[in-house]
Amino acid sequence: MTRITVKVDGVEYSDDVEPRTLLVHYLRETLGKVGTVVGCDTSNCGACTVHLDGRSVKSCSVLAVQAHGHEVTTIEGIAPAGGLHPMQQAFHDNHALQCGFCTPGMIMQAIDLLAENPDPSEQEIREGLEGNLCRCTGYHNIVKAVSAAAKAGE
Amino acid sequence: MIPVAFEYVAPTSVADALGALAAAGDDGKVIAGGQSLLPVLRMRLNAPETVIDLGRIESLRGIRDGGDHLVIGAMTPHAEVLASDLVREHAAVLHEAVATVADPQIRHRGTLGGAVVHADPAGDLGAPLLALDATMVIVGPGGERTVPATEFYHDIFATAVGDGELLTEVRIPKHTGWGAAYEKFTRAAQQWAIIGVAATVRTQGGQIVEAKVGLTNMGSTPVRARAAEADLVGRHADDCGQACGRAAEGTNPPSDLNGDADYRRHLAGVLTARAVRAAMAG
Repeated sequence: MTRITVKVDGVEYSDDVEPRTLLVHYLRETLGKVGTVVGCDTSNCGACTVHLDGRSVKSCSVLAVQAHGHEVTTIEGIAPAGGLHPMQQAFHDNHALQCGFCTPGMIMQAIDLLAENPDPSEQEIREGLEGNLCRCTGYHNIVKAVSAAAKAGE
Repeated sequence: MIPVAFEYVAPTSVADALGALAAAGDDGKVIAGGQSLLPVLRMRLNAPETVIDLGRIESLRGIRDGGDHLVIGAMTPHAEVLASDLVREHAAVLHEAVATVADPQIRHRGTLGGAVVHADPAGDLGAPLLALDATMVIVGPGGERTVPATEFYHDIFATAVGDGELLTEVRIPKHTGWGAAYEKFTRAAQQWAIIGVAATVRTQGGQIVEAKVGLTNMGSTPVRARAAEADLVGRHADDCGQACGRAAEGTNPPSDLNGDADYRRHLAGVLTARAVRAAMAG
């Protein structure tokens, strides 16, 4: 076991973990942050996307021990108490979720995308979400939502 | 999707990392960004006893101007290479290629050195580094040595980095003012390259003075399209098609579900023409 200290959604945690523990499993099973989901077995789907020191990563492709000393933000840590993050609001307003399974990852990646490029074109949004799969194929409204969130943020 | 248990070591210096590698012997595996290794471990295609994480060695990260060349630390993430003005200005074909690697999340985590040493023939970064005549810097118990990119790749997943050694940096001679393009052919977003073409050209008055073309997935390692390069000298955008058609000469491309070898040879000519013309235009 290896001792790690990680700040997750603003709270510092110290835990003993097996080195082979994936960050997504640490978040879900040790911390109970089940808002971050596992959608595939291949690093393709992006459903488990979180922010590590402010940049999006696939938490199935990071070891929990690699997050030691770093800061993680999950879908559970983006909204003010009782409210929605503007990106969550934009997804709600634009019917950007169907089954909802890809949504946590889509929203985390969309927030990262706008942080880097506050005024993306439709093409840039599609390329920015390349690492996130929506198996309902509801991409059209997802792109619309990200575009709306960008405009709302101006 | 849980890897086999392993010991984890996170050295903070290159010397300590070499020590950890020596201690682990054959059962040790280096993790850089982990974007290729972690899927392999999850699927249990590999089960090292010790994983040595280079992520805490600050000296291995960053891009600097070395005068007539750029120096990119092995642990520099793809996203940093992509965002680098130095790379865009002096090694534009690397900028073009790294923009196509996987997806944004993986580019935040994956590293130049990790991708280079992993040496997947369908990886996008070998071809531009070959085209730019990069040099790889390797350290081991015997000290430091340098290997030209053209001699670095030995086979699928095999490079000049030997047991007990590490890649520390990549040096790239400046190609300031050279046009550049990377043409990657895939079935769908996120897919590996069926093939890719990294072209960088120096022109004068619309005429090619010098052309360098690296090919992705046209063999077990990235290769230079030497016949096409030689034939391109003196040509213009409108009469370079035949020279570009020679891109596959001397290559030994694989046949797989995505296409047979003849199809890849055909693609090499078509994509080289696109890449060279795009490089001349931009």
